[in-house]
Amino acid sequence: MFFIYITYPKAELHRVVKGAARRAGQAFLQVALGPMTSHRPAAIFALRQHESDADFQARSLPTASAWVRHDPGMSKLVSFTRQLALPGLLAGASWLAAGSALAAAPFEDTIAQRTMACTACHGPQGRAAPDGYYPRLAGKPVGYLYNQLLNFREGRRHYGLMTQLIDPLSDAYLLEIAHYFSSLDVPYPAPVANTSPPALLQRGQRLVMQGDATRNLPACLQCHGQAMTGVAPNVPGLLGLPRDYLNAQLGAWKAGQRRAHAPDCMGAVVSRLSLEDINAVASWVAAQPVPTNSHPAQTRPLLAPGAVAIECGNAPPAKALPVAAKAAP
Amino acid sequence: MKTSLKVALAACALAVLGSATVWLLNVRDEVDVSAAPAAHVQDDTLVARGAYLARAGNCMACHTTRGGQQYAGGLGVATPFGTVYSSNLTPDKSTGIGSWSSAHFWRAMHNGRSKSGRLLYPAFPYTNYTQVTRDDSDAIYAFLRSLPAVSQANQPHALRTPYQSQAALAVWRALYFSPGVFEPDANRTAEWNRGAYLVQGLGHCSACHSPRDALGGISKSSGLAGGLIPVQNWYAPSLTSPHEAGMADWDREQIVKLLKNGVSAEASVSGPMAEVVLGSTQYLSQGDLGAMAQYLKELPPTGNPRQATSVVAMPALPALAATSSSPARAAKLYEQHCAQCHGDKGQGVANAYPRLAGNRAVTMPATENLVQIVLGGGYAPATAGNPRPFGMPPFVLVMDDSEVAAVITHIRSSWGNQAGGITALQVQRVRSSQVR
Repeated sequence: MFFIYITYPKAELHRVVKGAARRAGQAFLQVALGPMTSHRPAAIFALRQHESDADFQARSLPTASAWVRHDPGMSKLVSFTRQLALPGLLAGASWLAAGSALAAAPFEDTIAQRTMACTACHGPQGRAAPDGYYPRLAGKPVGYLYNQLLNFREGRRHYGLMTQLIDPLSDAYLLEIAHYFSSLDVPYPAPVANTSPPALLQRGQRLVMQGDATRNLPACLQCHGQAMTGVAPNVPGLLGLPRDYLNAQLGAWKAGQRRAHAPDCMGAVVSRLSLEDINAVASWVAAQPVPTNSHPAQTRPLLAPGAVAIECGNAPPAKALPVAAKAAP
Repeated sequence: MKTSLKVALAACALAVLGSATVWLLNVRDEVDVSAAPAAHVQDDTLVARGAYLARAGNCMACHTTRGGQQYAGGLGVATPFGTVYSSNLTPDKSTGIGSWSSAHFWRAMHNGRSKSGRLLYPAFPYTNYTQVTRDDSDAIYAFLRSLPAVSQANQPHALRTPYQSQAALAVWRALYFSPGVFEPDANRTAEWNRGAYLVQGLGHCSACHSPRDALGGISKSSGLAGGLIPVQNWYAPSLTSPHEAGMADWDREQIVKLLKNGVSAEASVSGPMAEVVLGSTQYLSQGDLGAMAQYLKELPPTGNPRQATSVVAMPALPALAATSSSPARAAKLYEQHCAQCHGDKGQGVANAYPRLAGNRAVTMPATENLVQIVLGGGYAPATAGNPRPFGMPPFVLVMDDSEVAAVITHIRSSWGNQAGGITALQVQRVRSSQVR
C-alpha cells in the first residue's frame, strides 16, 4: 500500500482498492492492502520492482470497473485499515529481506519436517511471523486450528496461498497437523508497547471484560476464557496476537469475508461492533501480556449474571476431538 | 445486375447448405427421449456401480463448489471464452435433474444436449463422455438420483459474444464433436480395451493432456501430446513423449502407484493432476488402474515435445527490463532456499522431496509448472497410500521474478540437466495469472 501510495494519486488508489474489494471478495486484510494480490504487502513491493508504472496500471485498472457504487462503510473500513497496515507492512518487508531461509537441518521423518511448508510463513514452530499477518499457531486449541484449516479449504476463510497449499490434504492429516501445532509450547514475545489513547483502551477493556448489554454484546471473556487464553478444544485465546492481526480478523468478520461453521457466533457478535469498537478491543487486547500459564482453559467460565449463552458451530470431527488420534511423531 | 443476383443466390444457397450441414452434424446419433420416464426404483448395486463410475469421471470436481453441497453445481470453470458454470446434478425436481429420465441423462452424456435439447458447452467434457456406454451412463444416473436433492438454481454462464450463442456452439460441435460409443479393438487385449475406454471416456484425460487450438478444440490426430491448460496456466505434459510424461519405459506398477497414491518411485503429481488423483483415480480399483496403465504404456511414443510457443495463449506483455543473473547468484539462491530439501546435487530425498537431477518434470520444454510450484509451493495429495505427504513452502513472497527465473534456470542446467533457461518475463506471466 505504501508503495502504491507514493506512486498514485489518492483518488485513483482508492478506486483500485475498492474495485478489488468488490470483485475479488478477498479477505479484509487483502481488501486493505491492494488490488492485485492476496499476498502480503511485500509482494506488491516485489512486483513493483519489476514493473513499469504503465504495466502496473494496465494490469490493475481493468479490475476496477465497478467502483462507481459508493459504499461509505467499505471505504471507511479500507482507509481505517490502511492506517493500521503500515507498521506491519514495514515489519513484513524486513522479514522478507531477511529471507525465509529455513535453518539447515538434516532430513528427519517427522511431522515438523512435513509441516515446513507451514512454518516457512508462520515462523519456526509456528511462533508467528514478526509482521503480524501470519499468526501464531503454537499452543492454540487443537479444535480451533483444525476448524481454521477446514474453513480455508471449504471457503469460509480466504487466503489463496493457504487454500492452495492445504487443498489436497485429508481431514485426518489436517487434524494431525492441528494436533502438532497445538502441542507446541514455545514462549510468547512481550506485547508491543501501546501508544493508544487511554480513552480508547478503556473502551476496549470494558467491551472485552463486560460487553455491552444494551447492544446485546457479550463480554469476550464469556467464551474466550477468564484469562483470555481460550478454552479447549475449540475457542482460541486472544492474547499474544498483534493489533494489526486482530483488527484484520475482526474486520474480515465484519465484512463477511471470514466465517465459521454455522451457527457463526463470532460473525453474529462482530456484526454488532462498530469499527471504533473493533479498534478499541484490538488495541487493548494486543497490549495485554500473556500470563505464565498460556494454555487454554479446560472449561468455559460460568455465565455472568444476566448473560446469555451463545451457540457456536464447529466441525463435527472437531467436536469429537478427545477421541481422535493424537499427532504421530 | 444479373451477376450480382447470381452471387446473392449462390451466397444464399451456400448459407442454407452450411446451416443444413451444421444442423445435420449436430443431430447425428440422436437419442429418442420421448418415452415417458419409468417410475424410479432404487437399485443399490446399480447405485454403487454408478458412484464408482462418477469417481472415474471426477464429476464432483466440477459439479461442487468449494464448501458447497455435493453435486449441486455452481462452480465457475474459467475458459478463454468466458466462465461456464456447472449445473446441479442432484435429483431436485425444479433445479436439478429430478425431472430427467435416464434417456435425457444419456443424451447429455452421449450427445451433449440438456433435457430441453439445448446444446451444452464442452467444458462438460461430453466430447469424451460420448464414448461411455449406455449401461454405465444409466448407472451414473441411478447414483445421481440416489443423492439428497438440493434446491440450488443453476447460474447462467458468463460467456463473451459470440460464444454464448447456440449457433456458434453448433458450428463448434460440427467442427470438433462427433458422438459415438467406444468401440473395442478386437486385435487388442480386453485389458487394453478397458484402459482405453477409461482414459478416452470417463477419465477425459485428453481434456487437459491434448493441445487445443484457438477455438478450444482438440484435433483427433493430436493424441495425448500435452497441452497448456487455458487460464490456469498449468501444462499437462505429453503422455507419449519420452521427454515429458511418456510412460512406455515405466514399470506398470509405478504408473498404478502414481494414479493410486499420487506418488511413485520416480514422480509425484501436483497442481491440477493432484486434484484428479484426490477426487478420482485414488478410488479406482487395481484392475482398472492396471488397465489404464497398460493402455498408457502402449501409447505410440512421439519424439516431438511441445514447442515453447505453440500453444501459449497469453496476452502480450511489454518486455520487462532484462535482469542480469549470474550463475553464482542462482547457485546461491538454490543453496539458500532449495538445497535443504532437494539436496546440494538435486538428489532429493526418497519418498519425501522430488529429485531434480534427471527429472523430466524439471527438464521438459514447458516451464509453467516449475514456476507454479516455486511460487505456490504445495503438497502431494493425501491418499490412502501416501496419507501424510511432505510439502513445499510457497516462494511467491520470498523471491522476485528474476530470482525465480534464476533458480529455475539453475535447476534446469545443473547436475547433468541440459534444458534451457527461463526469463523473468515467463515467471511474471504465470505470477500474474495465479489464483488469488
